[in-house]
Amino acid sequence: MDELAATMTGFARTLRAAGVAADHERTRNLLLALDHLDVADPARVYWAGRLTLCAAPDDLPRYDRCFAAYFGGLRAAGRTADKVVTRHVAAGEAREDGEQEDADAAPGTASRTEILRHRDVAGMTEAERAEVHRMLAMLRDRRARRRSRRYRPAHRGVLDPRRTIREALRKGEVARLRRKTHTTRPREVVLLVDVSGSMSPYAETLLRYAHALVRGEPRATRVYSIGTRLTHVTAELRHRDPGTALNAASRVIPDWSGGTRLGEELRSFLKNHDARGAIVVLASDGWERGDPALLGAQMARLARQAYRVIWVNPHKGYEGYEPLTGGMRAALPYIDDLVAGHSLAAFEALSERLGHA
Amino acid sequence: MLRRTIRAADIESPEKLIELLDRYSYLADEGLATAAFLALRMGRPLFLEGEAGVGKTELAKTLAELLKAPLIRLQCYEGLDAAQALYDWDFARQLLHLKAAEAAGVTDVARLESEIYDRRFLIARPLLKAVETQPSVLLVDEIDRADDEFEAFLLEVLSDFTISIPELGTIKAATPPVVVVTSNRTREVHDALKRRCLYHWLEHPGFDREVAILLRRLPSCTETLAVQVAGAAERLRAAELIKPPGVAETLDWTEALLTLGARELDPGLAAATLGAALKYREDVEAVLANGLLRHG
Repeated sequence: MDELAATMTGFARTLRAAGVAADHERTRNLLLALDHLDVADPARVYWAGRLTLCAAPDDLPRYDRCFAAYFGGLRAAGRTADKVVTRHVAAGEAREDGEQEDADAAPGTASRTEILRHRDVAGMTEAERAEVHRMLAMLRDRRARRRSRRYRPAHRGVLDPRRTIREALRKGEVARLRRKTHTTRPREVVLLVDVSGSMSPYAETLLRYAHALVRGEPRATRVYSIGTRLTHVTAELRHRDPGTALNAASRVIPDWSGGTRLGEELRSFLKNHDARGAIVVLASDGWERGDPALLGAQMARLARQAYRVIWVNPHKGYEGYEPLTGGMRAALPYIDDLVAGHSLAAFEALSERLGHA
Repeated sequence: MLRRTIRAADIESPEKLIELLDRYSYLADEGLATAAFLALRMGRPLFLEGEAGVGKTELAKTLAELLKAPLIRLQCYEGLDAAQALYDWDFARQLLHLKAAEAAGVTDVARLESEIYDRRFLIARPLLKAVETQPSVLLVDEIDRADDEFEAFLLEVLSDFTISIPELGTIKAATPPVVVVTSNRTREVHDALKRRCLYHWLEHPGFDREVAILLRRLPSCTETLAVQVAGAAERLRAAELIKPPGVAETLDWTEALLTLGARELDPGLAAATLGAALKYREDVEAVLANGLLRHG
């Protein structure tokens, strides 16, 4: 390997440590790009690297930091960048791995399971919660389906010229008309999980529920955490093992147990992502520290985009609950369903709803 | 003015490309020029991401003009399939041909089949058209609107610019087309596709560049008006709006002002023409309520 290749491979490694997916193919592309440019000019190297190694706007500030550190003479700076970018969860919450979880929980009898199903997860012991989590992992939603633009052969429907002509060729004449009809596909669910301080007794269970949804319909589920910063965690939740998936998700969520600015978070969601035609499930207690009017305006936009808006509020499970918090009141006119989210039974009911939405 | 045909190989540096794009009234900065330069040189697709109206589509159009190549555009939408993006058979004509053969008493099925799957019965859709046309600029617009099935076969085509048609054989581009893929980032595009491409995030232009763009694109625009509109655009982008105006919108807005005979940004005229820059009622109300149009 020549010197240039070695330098660039090292740079790519630094980027990977900082969380940019600068893999080998991308590094090779960088070297190919540098063939066409003057490598003595730092600006050229900067752009060649940025164009080949980055893949999202989130990568750009990390890239800039790493570039400055690496080519500014500070070779060891890769590790500092790692600390800046991937913040770890301080609390021990959501950190156990799969095996440990199994060892903790004793297999429950039927009646015990039945009681557990309806109990609030916030008041449970570690072992009880682990058991509920294990049952959550087995939960599957029968997702509602929507019509796709794609076709499949069918007895009734519109004319399928491709198959008709193929058959005509085979038989030498047009014997009968073949037909086709639209296929269906699962309706997308966008899950927004509030991970702020007031939701902390429920956040882990909600993310485990999210994991079950992602596992069930990987291509039609998106999960974001909200608090003070919107974080997209679907990729992290793709992992098969719930413990590993949760660890991965908690590593990228920077605002675990912080404050809530639902209105601003929703605005950022609507600006950078979209929920057109999706069932949006917002899990939060509605404790809004920001301006409730802003939340109301964003909920109105969300309701116009989404197919259906379901708000999951853990406190809804209590008798005599009234949606009185400022945020809840502002959001209420734009919610299609307000449901509970405090127990296994509540999640089962929610999954049922996703099947009929 | 007589212009020599420019081939991609004639462009020797990003600066040269900036100069050439400038001739066609597209003002590119160093990053975008390097991106386009490398795309031309390396034969790689250029993946442009950024907010609506920052000039992603316009770049493809300008590259096509500059290279004197036809622009082939594929607008993406959900459910876009191979029959719409690659090729389709002209079934009506095939059926007619079959009927005619039947009437003439042709019974040789093998012969009929080879006749019916002839190139003349094939309808080339944008991807096939781009592979067959040289040189050409292929614009795959708003890829984020298509679904992942489409991404999969787009990736296949972009990998080696080969399209295989089972009934006809393989069609390969001798020289790959210049490909520009744009995304408004409403959805995450698969990494495998991005990895094939050069990735560039396009920002709103800075104040000076925007003034230059307005003056260049709209010759009747006075410098005072351009400075005031660009200043207002900067304030609008800094405000928390649902949809901040892009360059495309400031151009429309200025054009609307010029049509009404404005020589500078008069608050009354500005308010009357604001619909050219802002596309949400909430945004218009917020801007008028906060007096963002007043300059100074």
